[in-house]
Amino acid sequence: MLSFLLRRIAAVLPVLLVVSLVVFLILRLAPGDPAAAIAGNNATNEDIAKIRTQLGLDSSIPVQYGIWIGRVLQGDLGYSFYLSKPVTELIAQRIEPTLALALGTVILAVLIAVPLGTLAAWRMGGWLDRLLSGFSVAGFSIPVFVIGYLLIYLFAIRLEWLPVQGYKSLLDGTGGAGAGAWTWMRQLILPWMTLAMIYVALIARVTRASVSEALTEDYIRTARAKGLTERAVLLHHALVNAAVPIVTVIGIGVALLIGGVVVTETVFAIPGLGSLTVDAVLNRDFPVIQGLVLLFSVSYVMVNLLVDLSYLFLDPRIRY
Amino acid sequence: MKRRLLLTLISALSLSCLSPAMAQTAPDKVLRFVPHANLTVLDPIWTTAYVTRNHAYMIYDTLFSEDAKGAIKPQMVESYQISKDELTWTFKLRSGLEFHDGKPVTSTDVVASLKRWASRDAMGGILTTFITAYETPDANTFKIVLNQPCGIMLDSLGKASSNVPFIMPARIAATPGSEQIKEHIGSGPFVFKADEFKPGALVVYTRNPKYKSRPEAPSGVAGGRPVHFDRVEWVIIRDPQTQFNALKAGEVDMIEQPSFEQYETLKKTEGIKVEDFAPAGLQFIMRFNHLHAPFNNVKIRQAAMVAMGQQAYINTQVGVPALGRLCRSMYPCGTTYGDEDTGYFTGVANPAKAKQMLQDAGYDGTPVLLMRPTDLASIAKLPLVAKQQLEAAGFKVDFQQMDWATLLARRAKKDAPANGGWSAFLTAWTAGDISNPLTIQMFNAKGQNGWFGWQDEPRLEYLKNRFARTVKPEEKKKIASEIQRVAFETATHAPLGQYQQPSAFRANVSGVLQTPGIPVMWNIKKN
Repeated sequence: MLSFLLRRIAAVLPVLLVVSLVVFLILRLAPGDPAAAIAGNNATNEDIAKIRTQLGLDSSIPVQYGIWIGRVLQGDLGYSFYLSKPVTELIAQRIEPTLALALGTVILAVLIAVPLGTLAAWRMGGWLDRLLSGFSVAGFSIPVFVIGYLLIYLFAIRLEWLPVQGYKSLLDGTGGAGAGAWTWMRQLILPWMTLAMIYVALIARVTRASVSEALTEDYIRTARAKGLTERAVLLHHALVNAAVPIVTVIGIGVALLIGGVVVTETVFAIPGLGSLTVDAVLNRDFPVIQGLVLLFSVSYVMVNLLVDLSYLFLDPRIRY
Repeated sequence: MKRRLLLTLISALSLSCLSPAMAQTAPDKVLRFVPHANLTVLDPIWTTAYVTRNHAYMIYDTLFSEDAKGAIKPQMVESYQISKDELTWTFKLRSGLEFHDGKPVTSTDVVASLKRWASRDAMGGILTTFITAYETPDANTFKIVLNQPCGIMLDSLGKASSNVPFIMPARIAATPGSEQIKEHIGSGPFVFKADEFKPGALVVYTRNPKYKSRPEAPSGVAGGRPVHFDRVEWVIIRDPQTQFNALKAGEVDMIEQPSFEQYETLKKTEGIKVEDFAPAGLQFIMRFNHLHAPFNNVKIRQAAMVAMGQQAYINTQVGVPALGRLCRSMYPCGTTYGDEDTGYFTGVANPAKAKQMLQDAGYDGTPVLLMRPTDLASIAKLPLVAKQQLEAAGFKVDFQQMDWATLLARRAKKDAPANGGWSAFLTAWTAGDISNPLTIQMFNAKGQNGWFGWQDEPRLEYLKNRFARTVKPEEKKKIASEIQRVAFETATHAPLGQYQQPSAFRANVSGVLQTPGIPVMWNIKKN
């Protein structure tokens, strides 16, 4: 187990190195010049050349990569071309809203989807199962931003229950406007609901399929023959045995979240990593893009590792 | 007992959850404003970005400012004198001016700020060619000594749009113009809250209690600057629909540039009003690359200008006829130098005439490489119209679509279009940037050292030089018209119509000042 863990963590390093190299090369070879973007509409070629020199973009690509990776190894992700701030500081500023949005979405999705999928599998063909099928089709088909606008119209504009947009940190008390726990939650309820829709559809469908398959197994018939309640059969036998694919799809869902986070952050004006990524890409802010891609890569690898480790607990037959 | 406690808790939490009030500061003392772009760079001398200029108007003051009629009026300056030989200008600062760090504004701060500004700004650069020395006889007085009489002193010091000669402490202004300043301390009506600044989310300003407003009534960006809010928050919302929803729900008080698509809806929505604080508006233009075929031939550029019809650009990009205006002048119509005596350029598409001119010019079918920025909604539709109008006149068009960042990089390339260069692009300028021949980048005709498009036209440079030396307003107007005549003759660029970009406000917002395109937060009230 320990050797597996060490091997997996050691395997992360070459993955990150390759990712960093590929991203670095793609950015440098893609059209667009950060110096021209910074210089603005009034700039001349001379202004752009000066800025390029200041940013170190006039060195060769291998030299630029060498300097950057050297700094990264020392924990320094560099400075944003645009904001003149350390990338680590920018990420630290933006990570809280994204984490709050992503974790809340996953928790909400799991809390709704797993019971829903389990019940649908238990009463396959019943009204709940049909409702789930319809919901899944809608969840997969309706774009995130459409769901967001509909929820805003209903809950923020018509009913005036929840705010339209914005994010105030739970920890931030500046200007007398720091968010209390409920204010913090209120501003996230609509984004959570918006982003959770597709994950509820995804996880519920997989849960339904896995549980329904488990329900046909001999051990379920044995459990029922022993006189166990349906609740015990479902929770302690069917769901536990169906857990591996469910956890896998939750892991995949977490990895896929980033795309949905970008859209949701835009619709609800949440200043998270998604909007930071979009701004950085549009402005060709290379250090920020590189830092974010590294962060996302580490997150994906770690989520995968956690999913793999969870198999050990969910299925005693699995050994590494 | 436990159940009752639980119910009480749930009720309390539900009430808290459903309460519409979010802010803890008294709402009528906070103005929430959605700027047209995210504020990233805070140095108004280092960048020309409008959002940075607007931010700077919050925290810095200027020596002179432009009033609603376009006249330059003293702002930080109490009085000024010009020597009889017109070579020495002596300026006296108003007494009691103070920076946000509590230090007094002195003539040393002014000179350091002007030097840094002049190192970056085109008009400041021209002014510098006249200056022999800056002198600071005392803390409240500074002198500018010239080598010859100068006709652009007040125009330069009172320049309203980027780069604006904002005054900052000398220790900050000592930063080279090529580097960004690290501290943001001015003497303006608002104080920037660096500790609350969250790029991409929120910019916070508080009222400067020590600000010494001028006694005159506010006019344009000149005159008094009364502040009626304790706190102004710039809320960054990118999505136009979310901006609209936030305004409707009362979460923000003002949207600087709502999308044109929402104009009619905004006008009809209860609790919202639409007003234009920049009456001179903006102008669409098409810029030619003078270095390479086909637009290195003046006859072909003229043919392209004859092919252009302004109404189509306004209809397609703005979409609201009431917000557009045909204007043949390269200076905005309605401003000091606006002049619609434009010769062959009528602003009405004439493809037949353009086709004939193309034939006469010996056009050989070299494609026009036309660049379109797909991600910049405010100008993304313009190249579609240009393509259609050029093709109708017989041009072959190589239509290249890209994002704005790529376009900015590509337009800086002097290579031939086939080797990564370009032939034409379209953009928009606010009136403040194109109201004076010295600030119009398209009139920068210094060839390879000029603005993108690299026109080499000594006559334009000569006339601009004459303009800068001329003091009499009527004489300046004549030279400005002569500059425009040469610009049309050599087809520097095509003006493609003037338009307004109104802002949207909550109905209880009043006192919004008419300015040359700058959304100022003073004088505004919430009833």
